[in-house]
Amino acid sequence: MITIENLTKKFGKVTAVEGLTFQVKEGEVFGFLGPNGAGKTTTIRMLCCLISKTSGEATIGDYHIGKADDSLQIRRMIGLIPDNVGLYDDLTASENLDFYGKLYECPEGPRRENIERFLKMLDLWERKDTRAGSFSKGMKQKLALARALVHEPKILFMDEPTANLDPESAKTVRDFILEVKKQGRTIFLNTHNLDEAQRVCDRIGIIKKKLLTIGTPEQLRESLSKPKTEIRLAQVTETMLSTLRKLIPNKIEVSDNKLLIDVTDPDKENPAIIAAIASTGGQVREVTQLAPTLEDVYLQIVKETK
Amino acid sequence: MRISKAWIVATKDMRVFLRRKSANYSLVLFPLIVSVGLPLVLRFVGARQGGLSSTRLPILMNSFSFFFLIGAALLPTVLASYSLVGEKIEKSLEPLLAAPITDSELLLGKSIAAFIPPVGAIYISSIVFMVLANLVTHNTLGYLYFPNWAIGLILLLLTPLSAILSIEWCVIVSSRASDARAAQMQGLFIALPLLAIYVASEVGAISLNTSTLLIISAVILVADIILFFLSTKTFQREEILTKWT
Repeated sequence: MITIENLTKKFGKVTAVEGLTFQVKEGEVFGFLGPNGAGKTTTIRMLCCLISKTSGEATIGDYHIGKADDSLQIRRMIGLIPDNVGLYDDLTASENLDFYGKLYECPEGPRRENIERFLKMLDLWERKDTRAGSFSKGMKQKLALARALVHEPKILFMDEPTANLDPESAKTVRDFILEVKKQGRTIFLNTHNLDEAQRVCDRIGIIKKKLLTIGTPEQLRESLSKPKTEIRLAQVTETMLSTLRKLIPNKIEVSDNKLLIDVTDPDKENPAIIAAIASTGGQVREVTQLAPTLEDVYLQIVKETK
Repeated sequence: MRISKAWIVATKDMRVFLRRKSANYSLVLFPLIVSVGLPLVLRFVGARQGGLSSTRLPILMNSFSFFFLIGAALLPTVLASYSLVGEKIEKSLEPLLAAPITDSELLLGKSIAAFIPPVGAIYISSIVFMVLANLVTHNTLGYLYFPNWAIGLILLLLTPLSAILSIEWCVIVSSRASDARAAQMQGLFIALPLLAIYVASEVGAISLNTSTLLIISAVILVADIILFFLSTKTFQREEILTKWT
């Protein structure tokens, strides 16, 4: 659905995005993670035909970014939720949606139906005739979601949609993203929120001007390091350690009465480790399987590029 | 270019103006003062002992007619600056520019929105002015002074040309301004040459007859064309998004 090859954007001498290459499949929720100034918003703006690319290629469907004739077609296919909701405070909720529905050439009947459907889905129907200026931040964000969908776009670009929202509003937005995904739409999600990325994204790309890594949340976690098994014991003895080191050449860390062991296949190795400990008279109090989190992955990858 | 797209933007902007009290006051106040206040001046001055002679009165009425031209340059600045800087303040440019609308359609829409209400207000107030001025001067002149060629030229030719000039100037000014008031203040400079012409007519340096008005129209038309190219150059998608916001 979205194909990007060697996409670069420079503002004067400053390179905002360099040599991005990846694809986003149809119906996928693609998360774009990166620190502030990493080029996430610039990438979205290029893909939404808001700013020009300096070099490289990008296509949305069959249309080419940067080709004047294709620009309007691309904009018809997409919906955008920018980091600032950008609603018209003096217009009511339904007037805001109606304006965008008309701009996107949505016929009156379907437009009215969509306005009602999305406002009801987002619990804003009762406030449809209220001016957007009087809405809370969470309500405005929900209205911006409805605005981006009123013309039924195939692709939805979201730039940090849950930033600065309270947990309840953020959950509503996340649930809505999943609902939109069920409808088969492709979602390109810029976010800082690692938990959110892990919950809603099928694949994640980590960017810091260049694409640092890409994969499913599971692949990213696995790519960072092997899982670890943490074993709390009554006492750690030298005999126990030497037996374990003969059994598994993996790294073993000792701290107080805890062992932290790198494992490759926990299901196979953990029973052997426990048996070895028991054979030396060790008493196992607790066994915990530790896996790297997406946060660990993100922090390590971003740190490595400094 | 699709006029229908521009009209969607224009109707949205006009709806927003109608809900902003400050924009409404500006639209109503100036035309009201000119349409009712100036005939009252004629009535007051004419009623004084000796009054105004039938030769002096037409000169004064022509000068007063010129106020509509000044209004046509002033009033659009209020709406044009709201229309352009308002989008900047509300940060609504990004979703708007992401919609399937071309830069020229967007610029046209914004220009229509800044053009119709002020020019409409000028036309309505000019009718009121002409009726009231005729009423208070009919006894002295012995005939109905309005409508005549001079005010016809002012309303049908100079007023739209001045309004267009004012809007184009505001587009250029708005690209640099960070708030609507600053844009309005800078936009008001466009009315200064017209005020100078008015003062020149009052001190007798020029006469605001049809030939003078045609020359002024030609000058404004040339200025319109120059500012059109400058404003379209300023109103570019990437320029708006990266430099206006």
